[in-house]
Amino acid sequence: MEPKERSSNKASQEMIGRMAEAGQQNAWDRLEAQSPQCGFGKQGICCRICSMGPCRTTKKAPLGVCGADVDTIVARNFLRAIAAGVSAHSDHGRTVAEVFLATAKGEAPDYKFKDTTKLYKLAEELGVKTKDRQINEIAEDIGKIALAEFGKPEGTQLMARRAPKSRQEIWKKLGITPRAVDREVTESLHRSTMGVDQDYKNIIKHASRVALADGWGGAMLATELQDVLFGTPYPGRGEVNMGVIKSDQVNIIVHGHEPILSEMIAAASQDSEMLAYAEKAGSKGINVAGTCCTANELLMRHGIPIAGNFLDQELVIATGAIELMAVDVQCIMQGLTTVAQCYHTKLITTTDKAKIHGVEHIPMDEATALTTAKKLVKMAIDNYKNRGDVYIPNEKKPAVGGFSFESINYMLGGRFRASFRPLNDNIINGRIRGIAGIVGCTNPKVQQDFTHTTLVRELIKRDVLVLTTGCATIACGKQGLTNPKEALELAGPGLREVCETVGMPPVLACGSCVDNSRLLVSCAEIVREGGLGDDLSALPVAGACLESVSEKAIAIGQYFVASGLLVIFAKEILPVLGSENVCNYLFNDIEKDLGGRWAVESDPVKAAEMMLQHIEAKRDALGINVKKERKLYDMEERRALTV
Amino acid sequence: MSRIIATSAINGAYKIVGQAKEILAKAIEQKGKDCKVEFPNTGYYIPIIYSMTGRAVETLADLEQVMDEEIKPLMPEPVADDVWLPYLGPLLDAGMATLFAEEIIEACKYLIGPNPVDDIWLGAADDVILRERGIQFVDGSAPGFAAIVGAAPDVETAVTIARKCQERSLYVFMAAHHNGTTFAEQLVEGGVQLGWDTRLVPFGSEISAAIYALGFASRAALSFGGVQPGDFRRNLLYNKNRVFAFVMALGEVTDEWYATAAGAINFGFPTIADSDIPEILPTGVCTYEHVVSNIGHDQIVEKAIEVRGLKIKVAHIDIPVAHSPAFEGERIRKDDMYCEFGGQRTPAFEWLRTQDISAVEDGKIEVNGPDVDSLEEGGKMPLGIMVEVAGRKMQPDFEPVLERQIHTFMNEAQGLWHMGQRDVNWVRISKGAFKAGFRLQHIGKLLHAMLHEQFSSIIDKVQIKIYSEEEQVLKLREQAQVVYAKRDARLAGMTDEDIDTFYSCTLCQSFAPNHICVVSPERPGLCGAYSWLDCRAAYEITPSGPNQPISKGNSIDPTIGQWDKVNEFVVKSSGGGVERMSQYSMIIDPMTSCGCFECIAAVLPSTGGIMIVNREYPEMTPCGMKFSTLAGTVGGGNQTPGFIGHSKHYINSKKFIAAEGGITRIVWMPKMLKEDIKETLIKRADELGLGGEEFLAKIADETSATTEEEVLEFITKAGHPATALEPMF
Repeated sequence: MEPKERSSNKASQEMIGRMAEAGQQNAWDRLEAQSPQCGFGKQGICCRICSMGPCRTTKKAPLGVCGADVDTIVARNFLRAIAAGVSAHSDHGRTVAEVFLATAKGEAPDYKFKDTTKLYKLAEELGVKTKDRQINEIAEDIGKIALAEFGKPEGTQLMARRAPKSRQEIWKKLGITPRAVDREVTESLHRSTMGVDQDYKNIIKHASRVALADGWGGAMLATELQDVLFGTPYPGRGEVNMGVIKSDQVNIIVHGHEPILSEMIAAASQDSEMLAYAEKAGSKGINVAGTCCTANELLMRHGIPIAGNFLDQELVIATGAIELMAVDVQCIMQGLTTVAQCYHTKLITTTDKAKIHGVEHIPMDEATALTTAKKLVKMAIDNYKNRGDVYIPNEKKPAVGGFSFESINYMLGGRFRASFRPLNDNIINGRIRGIAGIVGCTNPKVQQDFTHTTLVRELIKRDVLVLTTGCATIACGKQGLTNPKEALELAGPGLREVCETVGMPPVLACGSCVDNSRLLVSCAEIVREGGLGDDLSALPVAGACLESVSEKAIAIGQYFVASGLLVIFAKEILPVLGSENVCNYLFNDIEKDLGGRWAVESDPVKAAEMMLQHIEAKRDALGINVKKERKLYDMEERRALTV
Repeated sequence: MSRIIATSAINGAYKIVGQAKEILAKAIEQKGKDCKVEFPNTGYYIPIIYSMTGRAVETLADLEQVMDEEIKPLMPEPVADDVWLPYLGPLLDAGMATLFAEEIIEACKYLIGPNPVDDIWLGAADDVILRERGIQFVDGSAPGFAAIVGAAPDVETAVTIARKCQERSLYVFMAAHHNGTTFAEQLVEGGVQLGWDTRLVPFGSEISAAIYALGFASRAALSFGGVQPGDFRRNLLYNKNRVFAFVMALGEVTDEWYATAAGAINFGFPTIADSDIPEILPTGVCTYEHVVSNIGHDQIVEKAIEVRGLKIKVAHIDIPVAHSPAFEGERIRKDDMYCEFGGQRTPAFEWLRTQDISAVEDGKIEVNGPDVDSLEEGGKMPLGIMVEVAGRKMQPDFEPVLERQIHTFMNEAQGLWHMGQRDVNWVRISKGAFKAGFRLQHIGKLLHAMLHEQFSSIIDKVQIKIYSEEEQVLKLREQAQVVYAKRDARLAGMTDEDIDTFYSCTLCQSFAPNHICVVSPERPGLCGAYSWLDCRAAYEITPSGPNQPISKGNSIDPTIGQWDKVNEFVVKSSGGGVERMSQYSMIIDPMTSCGCFECIAAVLPSTGGIMIVNREYPEMTPCGMKFSTLAGTVGGGNQTPGFIGHSKHYINSKKFIAAEGGITRIVWMPKMLKEDIKETLIKRADELGLGGEEFLAKIADETSATTEEEVLEFITKAGHPATALEPMF
């Protein structure tokens, strides 16, 4: 397959070409080698749960050995994928909670609570007393409460109280208000093991519950605690694409998901001692850049450049300019090992949970975080002299990131009038038709970045504001879609007018995949602000992930659906198509229970149309598509306005 | 495009903050850091800073702190040409910083000049004006204000815009200049009367004077909205949703204007400009658009009202001059007068009476006698105005209530001026109104229209007879005088014991949620505007309104004035905040106060008496607090034993703090208050055997005592009867 068919990103195309010339392998090559892939697996109808199997259902043999029908098998696989996705995000959340608590106790001296305003707000929300107490005492209580959310024996997720009342009622009625994360994951595995839950609707119901434990639990806590620890993101500038790698500097790539590591490396790279050391090594500086979600975390908070997204992880090493790549958890391809071996690049794993055979492991311990980070930076500098030929694609675009819930609030009204009112108003008056959440990964089965960005272009052209997270954000960044100036020209007239008023791009980079909780909180705020119905399912909002890779993406999809929203995945990537009943339920009937549903569509233009249709239907239902006369207020009517 | 606005506004903010730094440094150099700084006679310190940050600025050093700790952190980075960051939030912050800086500038000007009060310029509005005028923004009698900056292209346009605003009852607050002149100066040149009375208020000729308008708005939220200082969000939302104001920019919009306008947008006040500047049309911070530009002068007022989302009911009265509350304060001086009536120059009277419904032909207006065109310019003639009303719900007791409105209704006509009442009324018609065709029948037309407009729930028919022949006027006046005397006797003789129903007044609960006035014949509303009869009429007019009947029930204690049903009512309508309330005591369960009181009575413990201070008195009082500070203690719907807010009229009531000994306890009053109520107070003192004028002389005032010790010394020397009474506590 030609590089151009593999990726729509010019820098990636160049590197794919160069790697091919050098006879090096990457994900695309391995996909080819794997093709054709297992058709049963694709449809979700292969069951390896017990040793009577593996079974796969066919016309001839429609039942597994245990008698499980195709609906049960597909639903169980679906639930297991979601449980795995939830465990990933939530374990990330747990790690953050542990570092948070350690910081409060003074056991992680290199970490500080950077956003104390948010800390106080969180304390209030969690019922932690703040009067006459030190920050650390308050934080310790918060940390303990947060940590308990993963394994508490009783009660439901505290963060789920952020959802509109009507939504909480729906969950309560269905019995899916999420309990402790561990419990929901454990129960998922139990239910889906041989001979337990064999009613596909009941299985999917639990899929909602475990997913909610992530979206309104583990992942949300991860975001909240990270904001307190590392600072709540506010809009800032950065650059995206491989052109950010510097030919005359020591380049360090941080890759993975948790800012626990990358924050320290970023700090260490600015250390004067390290800078002097780098200078001595003949380098003009130390350039830290990110790939994957770690990159999003760093851009959001520090404007640190992004070298690429998931599929770029091997390509950046092939530039020959990377002295060190430090990785933590999730989406780290083992294939990195082989590419790194072709160059001088040192690949280092840093989390005990995620080692790679044959790769040097330097564990990141919160007690000595900065020291470890400095060690890594020093290793990179020491490795500078070993650099061979370098080829860095000359591609990069400026981007603006940092759109947290708090910063969106601020951006729309300043310190004194911060609120979502302008957003609601302009959705109601139709300048903005609705909001789309474009999230997720990059999958070699799809031309890299193409569907994300095509979808985004279609949406903004039709006056839909896009909020994006994860690798989709990086795809947008590479094409200038998060640059307020460049993207403005691509926005429809109504959206454009609002963007010009606020000074925001039509595509808001909201962070990493764990930060999808920011989208949920924003949607809840839109409901609270008023004028757009009283539940999330009433909102003219839809989500899509057309290049999904990770089980995390399915978990995200399910918590969006269980929150009342429409979610579109690419047809060939959602492994449920083997069961007509499961499909029918997920794509249609589930809406009656939850107000949200799944849909599949691989063509980004058609997906955009589908989202638009959904948005307009919601607008019709809200009655906001009917042009209303301007309301003029007399005194009586003014008194009725709340102040 | 709004980026251009953001760029200019942020530039402007830096310029103004720079100016503020400069003048502050100069003030500190001349006066020292500890020098007191204030706007005249206000309890709200430097009001926008106080409202938004809660900082009570008292010295120049405090202003320096505001500069460092409030303004500096609000100042954003300039807007980039490329890869800009969201600028709406920062723009609004820069706007607020601008307002803080402009307050610093104006506050320093009060200290080191040029004095903001100069020639036609009025500078800051004090708390008396705030109370009197601010309430109109809350009760709806002023739908909002236009903050006009700059100047119109010519005098005629300026006058037209101002008149249009007045006709819609809008206040016009003026600041800044354009092309070497100001809107205010243009109005003066056009012969328009400026001032709070005509709702045309010239604050200052620099843009920084715009903060007097916004300061007024933020104080209104504190004073009437029950908003706490520092609660910026509620303050601004209160303004967005209640005070419907807008900025009208006339002339070239400078960076500094943009910055100030950005400050105003925080309040939900949009800008409407006559020049071709970029627009901000998406809604959200303001109710509708934020900046609308290039509007022709012939439609700018209408456009502004539409953009602000204001519904203004302009009563169409078939008279040749405009009619609006904004004209109420317009005076007609001798030189502008075409003719006059009454005022001891000719016999005159006005009398409203109830007739049988069959005897009233609605809309009938009779003019008996010559009309004004028979007069030479500057002439005078007798005038009798007889209003006859009928309605199923009309009662004779409402006659004086309705009759008193004649004053307001007539004054509100442009070119018509009215003073006094009954048989001491005095009316003038201006040359302009006469020229426009105003004749005697129009008095009838406007009274007919306005009575229907405001009292349609109690009256069905209104006819008016105007008399201008002296003989007839005199004859009818005699009849009227008999009725006046009867009314007085009834009102004077009416005691709380005579009736079994009091009336509540919760008109002010919108800003003092726990407060409730209990109005009885002998204790009128503390604002002075509502007597028991007024409340009764108001109840009949709007049965679900803020005045509700309270059946007294059984007396619990006649001395302090408590009744079981009254207490029950108070508990319920104060939301449980107040359990018991005494009608006649300021010590035991005293009545709460909203904030509208005309006077405050406060115990001066060592003297065994009380002091009373009226709202107009700006100086320090013997209790160690000025009126404005005292008002903060007494108001807000809390019971504060030893302090009550009350009306002036109540002082001369037999039930004035009857439980504590009544007027015998008064040991200090400002001279101006003494003068004001002199006549009746003397009478009342005589009744009590305290010796009329002699008693008055025993009450200290600011010329004889300014501290509690001095009061004690004064009354001891004077032999004030309070010294012989039991202590109050």
